[in-house]
Amino acid sequence: MTTLDSSKEIQKNNSEVNETHEDFRMFGLITFLIADGMTFAGFFAAYLTYKAVNPLPDGAIYELELPIPTLNTILLLVSSATFHKAGKALLKDKNSDSQKWLFFTAFLGIIFLICQLFEYFHLPFGLTDNLFASTFYALTGFHGLHVTLGTLMILIIAWQSRINGGRLTSQNMFPLEAVELYWHFVDGIWVVLFIILYLL
Amino acid sequence: MTISIDPQKTNSESLQPKGWLRYFSFSLDHKVIGIQYLVCGFLFYLIGGTLASAIRIELASPMSDFMPRDVYNQVLTLHGTIMIFLWIVPVVNGAFGNYLIPFYVGARDMAFPRLNAVAFWLIPPSGLMLVASYFVEGAAQAGWTAYPPLSITTPQSGQIIWILSVLLLGGSSIFGGINFIATIIKLRRPGLKLMQLPMYCWAMLGTSLLVVLSTPVLAGTLILLSFDIIANTGFFNPVLGGNVVVYQHLFWFYSHPAVYIMVLPAFGLVSEILPVHARKPLFGYTTMVFSIMGIVVLGLVVWAHHMFTSGTPPWMRLFFTIATAFIAVPTGIKFFNWVATLWGGKISINSAMLFSCGFIINFVFGGITGVALAQVPFDIHVHDTYFVVAHFHYIVYGGTVFIIFSSIYHWFPKVTGKMLNEKLGILHFIITFIGFNLCFAPQHWLGLNGMPRRVAEYDPQFQFVNQISSLGALLMALSTIPFLINVFLSVRNGKDAGDNPWNALTPEWLTSSPPPVENWEGEAPLVEEPYGYGKEISEQNKNI
Repeated sequence: MTTLDSSKEIQKNNSEVNETHEDFRMFGLITFLIADGMTFAGFFAAYLTYKAVNPLPDGAIYELELPIPTLNTILLLVSSATFHKAGKALLKDKNSDSQKWLFFTAFLGIIFLICQLFEYFHLPFGLTDNLFASTFYALTGFHGLHVTLGTLMILIIAWQSRINGGRLTSQNMFPLEAVELYWHFVDGIWVVLFIILYLL
Repeated sequence: MTISIDPQKTNSESLQPKGWLRYFSFSLDHKVIGIQYLVCGFLFYLIGGTLASAIRIELASPMSDFMPRDVYNQVLTLHGTIMIFLWIVPVVNGAFGNYLIPFYVGARDMAFPRLNAVAFWLIPPSGLMLVASYFVEGAAQAGWTAYPPLSITTPQSGQIIWILSVLLLGGSSIFGGINFIATIIKLRRPGLKLMQLPMYCWAMLGTSLLVVLSTPVLAGTLILLSFDIIANTGFFNPVLGGNVVVYQHLFWFYSHPAVYIMVLPAFGLVSEILPVHARKPLFGYTTMVFSIMGIVVLGLVVWAHHMFTSGTPPWMRLFFTIATAFIAVPTGIKFFNWVATLWGGKISINSAMLFSCGFIINFVFGGITGVALAQVPFDIHVHDTYFVVAHFHYIVYGGTVFIIFSSIYHWFPKVTGKMLNEKLGILHFIITFIGFNLCFAPQHWLGLNGMPRRVAEYDPQFQFVNQISSLGALLMALSTIPFLINVFLSVRNGKDAGDNPWNALTPEWLTSSPPPVENWEGEAPLVEEPYGYGKEISEQNKNI
């Protein structure tokens, strides 16, 4: 329904009818996130199957330390709350407040990634050491990729919420709402991942 | 929140090329994108068909004398991958879906036109990449299933290009699926109820649900497989403690639904074609809808029937046998409905009708062998033999490809405004139908007698039957010639079709042929009875 090379006549018709339609971009995003969630579901299923049927060789190291991932869980949960704050502020036309909350959320995301890298460098096993190690890095790495993309998107919308010339206003909330939904989704996946990978 | 359409802002006439050039542009028009899908898919069909001919030439003699054995493996891998991911899935979903769904829901375009164009333009590069991998270090050799450890031990570059290509095609498929779901659910014309939609919309809704739920799992699996190949991890490598059966489970979690992704849209298309040419309402609309949704749900929980010889535990065999047998119920309902639609109708024998009837005949054969293959004792006997090859070609060629041709004969007048030549069309059907059955029916016998699939050499006792099969393949190759001649002649100087040559009632026929950009002059019509043949035409339809 957007840019089409239409004849003048149809242009006239359209402007006469003045058609409107519902905004279904959010619907499309939710469908995409369901698809993305299925990728994770496949990984989780593979991990759990390996855990059930593929015993690791003797002497394989598969112990994980809990402090860093627990900190990371808290970081992501807090960042979800701060993102929500940013949306509330924007709704009340407080753009600069909103921008501050967004930058803070992105900062939490970056801290999460730094903690994740710190954990990677201090783990006693590498990618190809054993099946558990490979699955661990694949799962956390794929999630880390999502966090990286999310942080970049938060930085972009934070830039767009600037007061002079920014696109993100209380009239145009969609970019913020979309990234927020994505960010909550990434959080949710992390909680499931934390339970399955670290606690089980 | 609603979005209003500002014609001054959206109609940037200068940006879009006119005439045939628009088919090579990043066009956002759903009709242009549909034709792009169809023509691109058909070119890949010709490549895949050439590869199939090479396979049948090789198999005309028991020795591998036409090509070396590793080249044979590459040819069969490329044939399978091209036919599935570049011909059937894009054409039966992308081409007809993009062209028809906006008409059927009474919209001017798809829900996300830009995403739509992106989804199409992912296909040509990934297809060319796949074909070009042959010239790098040899294409992938592990079949379209890419089972490890075979896919890990065969030459790496071809396999990696294969994985990248399938990932891109899967992405394209997911974008398309999201678009179809949003279009059908959200973009319906006000006043049009879900249960008034033409059946193809329901088929595409079910298909898109399967695409969105299962394709990402394949993507994840292939990423893990690529780690096994290039990073030396051991997810699916038994030498490193991995588990090949996990790959098979994850792969078939996509690839069994992929069968329905290929065949459900064909079910939808045939439900559009039969009522028009039999002049009768579609029999059992509601049961059709519930059958489609039943197939979607059951289709997600039957994947392990591909793995009865992979050390599957008995409870799993039991569950998947029963679940698979259940799928025959909704499928059977649909077949009885189609036959009942034809029953007592004023049937016109034309190319579209013939191909649709050919579909019904072939698919029943494929369905019966499918139910047989779901039974564990029988499956263990014929697993990985030519029986399976015969079965799935009856489904995808005898089923879906017949419907693709039927749909081309049916909608060609709408797309071009010209009629196709009926004599050449009927000739095309006769050669295709005889060639197809001659090629694949004997393969049931070959499989039952133990000829394994995916081999370049075989026991000399099978030579005669293989030669009959190759003869059939030759006829199938020849059958494209009358079709291509027909299309070229008809586009240039075919008979004028008028807006509605079939006197059909579905919405796409209620606009001019070819349809204007944005589909309707003025408001979209409200079609409450798309299959109201033989009834008093409802007031709304009369006014149009």
